[in-house]
Amino acid sequence: MIRFENVSVTYDSAPGPTVRGVELTVPEGELVLVVGPSGVGKSTLLGTVSGLVPHFTGGTLRGRVTVDGRDTRTHKPRELADLVGTVGQDPLAHFVTDTVEDELAYGMESLGLAPAVMRRRVEETLDLLGLAELRDRPIATLSGGQQQRVAIGSVLTPHPKVLVLDEPTSALDPAAAEDVLSVLQRLVHDLGTTVLLAEHRLERVIQYADRVILLPSPGEPPLLGTPADIMRVSPVRPPVVALGRLAKWTPLPLSVRDARRMAGPLRDRLSTRTPCAPTAEGTEPPRVPAPRPAAARRTLAALFRRPPGRPGTPAATATVTALGVRRGRVEALRRVDLTVTPGETIALMGRNGAGKSTLLATLVGMIEPTSGSVAVAGRTPHRTPPRELIREVGLVPQEPRDLLYADTVAAECAAADQDAGAAPGTCRELVSTLLPGVPDDTHPRDLSEGQRLALALAIVLTGRPPLLLLDEPTRGLDYAAKARLVTVLRALAAAGHAIVLATHDVELAAEVAHRVVILAGGEVVADGPTAEVVVSSPAFAPQVAKVLAPQHWLTVAQVREALS
Amino acid sequence: MHPGAWWLWALGLATAASRTNNPLLLGLLVGVAGYVVAARKTDAPWARSYTAFIKIGLFVVGIRLVFNLVLGSPIPGSHTLFTLPQLPLPDWAKGIRVGGRVTAEGMLFALYDGARLATLLICVGAANALANPARLLKSLPGALYEAGVAVVVAMTFAPNMVADVVRLRTARRLRGRPTGGIRAIAQIGLPVLEGALERSVAVAASMDARGYGRTAQVPASVRHLTTVLTLGGLLGVCAGTYGLLASEGAGYGIPVLAAGLAASLAGLRLGGRRQLRTRYRPDRWGARSWLVAGSGAAVAALMLWAGGYAPDALTLGVVPLSAPALPLWPALSLLVGLLPAFAAPVPAPPPAAATGAAAPPKESA
Repeated sequence: MIRFENVSVTYDSAPGPTVRGVELTVPEGELVLVVGPSGVGKSTLLGTVSGLVPHFTGGTLRGRVTVDGRDTRTHKPRELADLVGTVGQDPLAHFVTDTVEDELAYGMESLGLAPAVMRRRVEETLDLLGLAELRDRPIATLSGGQQQRVAIGSVLTPHPKVLVLDEPTSALDPAAAEDVLSVLQRLVHDLGTTVLLAEHRLERVIQYADRVILLPSPGEPPLLGTPADIMRVSPVRPPVVALGRLAKWTPLPLSVRDARRMAGPLRDRLSTRTPCAPTAEGTEPPRVPAPRPAAARRTLAALFRRPPGRPGTPAATATVTALGVRRGRVEALRRVDLTVTPGETIALMGRNGAGKSTLLATLVGMIEPTSGSVAVAGRTPHRTPPRELIREVGLVPQEPRDLLYADTVAAECAAADQDAGAAPGTCRELVSTLLPGVPDDTHPRDLSEGQRLALALAIVLTGRPPLLLLDEPTRGLDYAAKARLVTVLRALAAAGHAIVLATHDVELAAEVAHRVVILAGGEVVADGPTAEVVVSSPAFAPQVAKVLAPQHWLTVAQVREALS
Repeated sequence: MHPGAWWLWALGLATAASRTNNPLLLGLLVGVAGYVVAARKTDAPWARSYTAFIKIGLFVVGIRLVFNLVLGSPIPGSHTLFTLPQLPLPDWAKGIRVGGRVTAEGMLFALYDGARLATLLICVGAANALANPARLLKSLPGALYEAGVAVVVAMTFAPNMVADVVRLRTARRLRGRPTGGIRAIAQIGLPVLEGALERSVAVAASMDARGYGRTAQVPASVRHLTTVLTLGGLLGVCAGTYGLLASEGAGYGIPVLAAGLAASLAGLRLGGRRQLRTRYRPDRWGARSWLVAGSGAAVAALMLWAGGYAPDALTLGVVPLSAPALPLWPALSLLVGLLPAFAAPVPAPPPAAATGAAAPPKESA
């Protein structure tokens, strides 16, 4: 269906080709997964199929890409529109109209299909994707998962033979991601659509793939093979595969179900041991600053408080009591209680719109509580001036780029030192620790997702806040960047920082969190040690926990340590 | 319901508003528009524009009063409210006065005048709230379709940019910087524009990949004819309008204008042949649309007629001062504008689950 013949793509300003020597054929009716670390050209490879590379992005394409016999060199993207449907990472950037039904019809209108055909296909697609109740809704009012399904639906209505998706589930909670993936599987099985899919979160998709294209490193030719074969050599792999490799299972399991069938002996071996708590491990942890010793010298009571770190009850870094937040007519949070102590890492989980971001925003004083109270280091965040607040609590937002204004890393660091009133060079030193080898004159825009996150984290840490908040930090990160983040977060926690992270990434929560708090509809529905909360939950359990349940193992690292 | 019907209804009300300065009638008109909006608006984002337009209207009234206060008014009045210190101006600025006597008559006249303008704006706001502006553009002829899409995309950008500004301001707070002031605006401005530019490139890529701009093969002769007809028609329209307005060309004005219009329309129609597009569920102009548009037209016609039989009640004088009276028949004729509140279809109630999802547009705080 899709043939790449000796394809290489070179962008105008790049020193060398982004992808090189691509020579493969994707057969009809298969779900093909494109995997590889960040920056190896996955999006570029996908873009050549729809013709957007190079017609829209610029650059030089050598070789030939043919889709169902049509050469993308001679066919512009609009002339492939009836054949290839493309959905990008951000569904909002995809929409042209403003209601669901119009959006589904838009592609067909452009192709000039007959009104009766359009009507029938819109109805079919609404049913196929479970969007029937949303048909008249303005797109802006939909949740992330619904928007992603509308985006997929809008390219399905012209009945393309090929569907190209670039990280369709990266912004979605586990349940919404399952929805989207089951739709894709249905398309492949029932309609014979060829699906080409790039995704970082392999644990979600690998079991659905018929074949995998692996791009090992930039400019290296890709490998095509069955998922099991590719996972044996891949530098990126989901936890279930890592566990399989650790336990030397053959064939390599790709799904929790496969792994559980083989896991009997491993469970027996592990039954006598107990998992160790997540701690800083591995190679030398980066030096991170200790927070200022409990910044609560202002109150008299502080005189009688034990300094944190000594045995005994540690003073809470932040306390949330019966917090209620209303936005318009909607109650975003209802009677939420939460205590964060120094050195503790808490993962906030729950579906999109459950109130995780709202809770974080309340902790940094961007939202005023409607009822109840919030205290961070003894102060009320929304009444504290921003200049003082950044020394008590720091938030890395969902889009780390929002924090960056300057046009070089050095300027950004200088500004951060000034904002936080820190000694000049403080931020730069942090950047060098968290992100070694980045020159001063790099533009923040040219950094990868993981590097940008590290830069934003360094800027936030410049104020040495005892409480650190992260909103969805692993969005768009590959496994290597995620592993670096995990090391950094563990070191920060070990140095006495309290960390609260809102995340959909169950594997991240399992790696770093001591405690998991699950929110639903603005209320806390579960709060307890990570192992207890996630093992019992089908949606929030990491893969290792699912494989080794009922034992409380969460990560491959724990298992490796117990076995050695 | 055709969105055009709502616009005709609103324009009818606006025409009626422009015929009177009686605050009681204007208030009644705002009430009629507000009732229809309350009865028939959906929960879509554009439906919130009615309140925004009411605020703009009040602002207009305020501005009009302030101007009258500072610059004085030509209305001769004998009831002095108070006297502001007058700015002495040189001889060459003779007609201008800053400060000085403020009379009750002048202020009342400014109030009536401002209220009329505000009511016009509120009528436009009602149309905006009731009809999706994007759907109205969908009713454009095929040749203008691509321009129409550009306008629609541009319109969705304004709300997105506002969201960007809010997000970046909160991010500034996270870095401990003040969120107000000129420096903040300068520092936020660039990222917002960058974001808007990036988003427009992404939307353009998406539109291209979904077949925007596919055209049919049209013979060269037809293309040339289209160009000639459109350009010639536009020239004709210009010449005809000039003829109508200038004193010496009254004779040929109307025929040239008509010919120009006809040529342009033919050009548009021929140009539409290049379009492959079809329309999904185009809005039909049915009985309800006739009723809605008709009620607006009726209000306008009745008020125009009322201008003939009761000019004094519609246009109130302010000298001498008197309380405005509500004229019975014009007031009753305004009530015809309530018809859409019963004739137009009831919008579907929002699903119960919608409230949860609709709350934060994006999970960004």
